[in-house]
Amino acid sequence: MDLFAEAIAWIFSTDTQSGSLPLSEAIATHLAFTVVSVLIAAVIAVPAGWLVGHTGRGREIAVGLSGAARAVPSFGLVLLLVLVFGVTHKVGASTTAFVLLAIPPILAGAYSGVEAVERRIVDGARAVGMTSSQVLGKVEIPLGLPLLIGGLRSATLQVVATVTLAGYVGSWGLGFYIVQGIQIRDFAQILGAALVIVVLAVLLDLLFALAERAVVPRGVRAGRDGR
Amino acid sequence: MTWVVDNLDLIGRLTVEHLRQSALPILLGLLLSIPLGWLAFRFRLTRGLMLTVVGLLYTIPSLALFALLPPLLGISFLSEINLVIALTIYAVAIMTRFVADALASVEPHVRQAADAVGYGAWRRFWQVDLPLAGPVVLAGLRVTAVSTISLCTVGILIGIDNLGYLFTNGYQRQIVAEILAGVVAVVVIALVIDRLLVVLGRALMPWAGKGA
Repeated sequence: MDLFAEAIAWIFSTDTQSGSLPLSEAIATHLAFTVVSVLIAAVIAVPAGWLVGHTGRGREIAVGLSGAARAVPSFGLVLLLVLVFGVTHKVGASTTAFVLLAIPPILAGAYSGVEAVERRIVDGARAVGMTSSQVLGKVEIPLGLPLLIGGLRSATLQVVATVTLAGYVGSWGLGFYIVQGIQIRDFAQILGAALVIVVLAVLLDLLFALAERAVVPRGVRAGRDGR
Repeated sequence: MTWVVDNLDLIGRLTVEHLRQSALPILLGLLLSIPLGWLAFRFRLTRGLMLTVVGLLYTIPSLALFALLPPLLGISFLSEINLVIALTIYAVAIMTRFVADALASVEPHVRQAADAVGYGAWRRFWQVDLPLAGPVVLAGLRVTAVSTISLCTVGILIGIDNLGYLFTNGYQRQIVAEILAGVVAVVVIALVIDRLLVVLGRALMPWAGKGA
């Protein structure tokens, strides 16, 4: 357990705060990569997923895509894209890899959320005279939000883990401390950085867990609690 | 392409290594998750506890988990056992939820019928609940197998040779074909194992509907 004390000491040491890669900068970069990649992926995948869920068209492709994506090794994808884009475009290449990895879970969350809405509810909405786009915007999307947030949650976790691995290609993010620590056999640094990564990942996950609850429409919650 | 042709024996050797390293975590994930999933299914208290713990474990990024396990378990950081334990933890984290959901998917009246004809709790679990939960457990096993095979590549960062070797070696030597070969090999073996599990499931569980 001694190593844990050393790791904590590493986290709070002045060297770590102001070395070649200050800890605060590494955390900020790690978060920035994650947020930007998930946002870009969401802009692409959320509308596409809603459309798939609403029309039922392209469902096979969406299901197949999210299944097959699990098989793609994220570390390999990052290294492949960095090499293809050229080492001078590491940031763009890595971000592209993160976006590609974030798309399938967000797509799955978006279409399964819309798809999971009960047929009766959709029919009811049509019966009161809603147009197709009103059904999507006022019924299917709000009711599907918890599953969509679930998709964003998986995507974020996946990207946080992959940004860690990307510490292998650049001296950025929290993963770099681990990669460097392995090379110089500094186990306090490895464990210290790992602890910071775990805290970051758990905090982000918690945020999404709260959001998943918060987006349940008021009427649905009232119906559940009332009985 | 010439790189791939010239290095077929290397790819073959790494593929065998890769499968060997992935097999144990997948198998252990299945075996351990049956009692854990049952606990999560059976009691409200253990349900909240189990699902929170597996959720948290699943949240930990792989490279960080490799770093956490050695000081906690007294194993070496750069060792295959570290990789195998980490992959097993992820496998258990995925499978436990699936097993709990699978057991919950068994119709209550089927369970009552089994009780009525005199099945004890133990015998009912193995002969009624688990077989009927089988198709959903299999779905979980497929997800587990594919992600374990894919995640196994990260082992190269702690010095364990498998298909991940093609990533780092290809990157250092700047051979795009080598990394691509590694990515394709991982995807192909993951999908082949996935299909094998489907076929195995059909053979072992002929009662499963078309949906499984």
